[in-house]
Amino acid sequence: MNQHPMNRYQLTRLAKHVGKWALIAIIIVYAVFPFYYAVITSLKPSSELFEVNYWLTSLDFSNYAQIFAQKSFLQAIGNSILIALSVVLIALLLGITASYALGRVRFRGRSTVMLIILGVSMFPQVAVLSGLFEVIRSLNLYNNPGGLILSYTIFTLPFTVWVLTTFMRQLPMELEEAAIMDGATPWETITKVFLPLMWPAMATTGLLAFIAAWNEFLFALTFTLTNSERTVPVAIALISGGSQHELPWGPIMAASVTVTIPLVILVMIFQRRIVSGLTAGAVKG
Amino acid sequence: MTTTLNESVPTDTPSARTRKRGTKVRRQRVRAAWTYLAPMLVALALVAGWPLLRTFYLSLTDASLSDTTGAAFIGFENYLVKDDGVWYGLLADPVWWNSVWNTVYFSVISVSLEVVFGIIVALLLNAEFKGRMLVRAAVLIPWAIPTIVSAKMWAWMLNDQFGIINHMLMGLGLIDAPLAWTADADLSMWAVIMVDVWKTIPFVALLVLAALQMLPKDCYEAAEVDGIHPVKVFFRVTLPLITPALLVAVIFRLLDALRVFDVIYVLTSNSSSTMTMSIYARQQLVEFQDVGYGSAASTMLFLIIALAVVVYLYLGRRQLGVDK
Repeated sequence: MNQHPMNRYQLTRLAKHVGKWALIAIIIVYAVFPFYYAVITSLKPSSELFEVNYWLTSLDFSNYAQIFAQKSFLQAIGNSILIALSVVLIALLLGITASYALGRVRFRGRSTVMLIILGVSMFPQVAVLSGLFEVIRSLNLYNNPGGLILSYTIFTLPFTVWVLTTFMRQLPMELEEAAIMDGATPWETITKVFLPLMWPAMATTGLLAFIAAWNEFLFALTFTLTNSERTVPVAIALISGGSQHELPWGPIMAASVTVTIPLVILVMIFQRRIVSGLTAGAVKG
Repeated sequence: MTTTLNESVPTDTPSARTRKRGTKVRRQRVRAAWTYLAPMLVALALVAGWPLLRTFYLSLTDASLSDTTGAAFIGFENYLVKDDGVWYGLLADPVWWNSVWNTVYFSVISVSLEVVFGIIVALLLNAEFKGRMLVRAAVLIPWAIPTIVSAKMWAWMLNDQFGIINHMLMGLGLIDAPLAWTADADLSMWAVIMVDVWKTIPFVALLVLAALQMLPKDCYEAAEVDGIHPVKVFFRVTLPLITPALLVAVIFRLLDALRVFDVIYVLTSNSSSTMTMSIYARQQLVEFQDVGYGSAASTMLFLIIALAVVVYLYLGRRQLGVDK
């Protein structure tokens, strides 16, 4: 670098540099602070809970011990895992076959089907609440993970089909031609030709479907009744103390951190995939 | 958004030489296509189509939660009915109209804020700097946190007696006494907006970032050579080019905001100052067990959102000029 005193040009450059990094710092603090604050709150003993601290002051796991001692919280975690995994499996299974039909075959009514899928993905969930309640009750799935697995297809399936169809369309035609020349049936074409190429897209959509099912609240709140059938968002929302004004914030924060950490890890590992899935669903849609 | 529908699909038959075999293959493929679509269509009919029709129908009955099948048909009485010279029903209920107003107010303000901040974050992430991936991961965290959990985290931070936000604001001398963020009727809507904006900036930012990364680099180089001010470049070049992506982000966010439920249910529950259409409809359906009336509210919500989509697509198409 030169030894001359800084001229105006360099000064503005420096100011811009400092400004940029200050903005980056603000954004990181803004994005991460609530989660960070939940973590440090969850590690406080109840005696220190009501002192405001910006840094970690203690490492007390009694809040975690308390929530994991509750059978209903463990059951809620089990239910959430079971439901989210089943939803992913169903969405991918129905999604891959449907996207083959929509992405690779030209037939009358294809645009209509795509429009229906787009329409369903725009549905407000409340609009189907009473009708879906009836369906679930008549199938004897009320207060049962099955009812939630069924109802979650309303928001995971349209999204999965839409994104997989856009991916399916981008695959080269020659692949399929070769399979057809060899006399392969459509089923063989899907499983032997497309499936191996679709893994990245399926991982992305599966991940997004998992997160959506893990986080869902309205259906889970409405279609379950007893503690043993709840999912984690409902369990956390319903943790209560003696009254509205004495909520047990320590255990609530411990439970919040517990259910969020798997998601944060998933985001850290798969951020590239998540970003491409989100933008494929929107930009190309 | 409808452009993809017109995109070409690979042709079905490999070559003219095998045309005869081709038609057979084509017929086989079309039949297979419907077979593979069937499970998905059945699933969507079961969880979306049929329940929606039932909701429409139930809104015309006096159904209660314990008995929906034996309900009597009462026409539009859940919507509007005149009895003894007084109007009753959903459309005459000031609480409903208050919740419609709250929903619109919430949606317009939070989506506008999200777009402005989303663009700022996206512009920053679009610049080259060390640790960009780390910043992007940090920005994604609010998006991944369940809405319920983020509402609880903020409820704790906004706690009137022990919350860190009041502590900070008092430390900075901005307020003299702690504010009751979630209980005060004038503040609670802003508390809800604050949480929603925090949670959804990442989504908007990522969509805008994807659009920014597809922009041609050469016009920026030309602008730099000509010494045009970056702010001017943003409004004259960047903003028009990312408008299509912004329109998509806005409709996705608007649809989400108009049906907002989780964050409000946790932060302020049934308080009238933040009651939205979804909260109102669910309260009627589940807590008051009035399925007929609640279904009428659900139907109105559906119609209002459908109207918003149609208006938006129409305006968006005009804005974009000739759509493919």
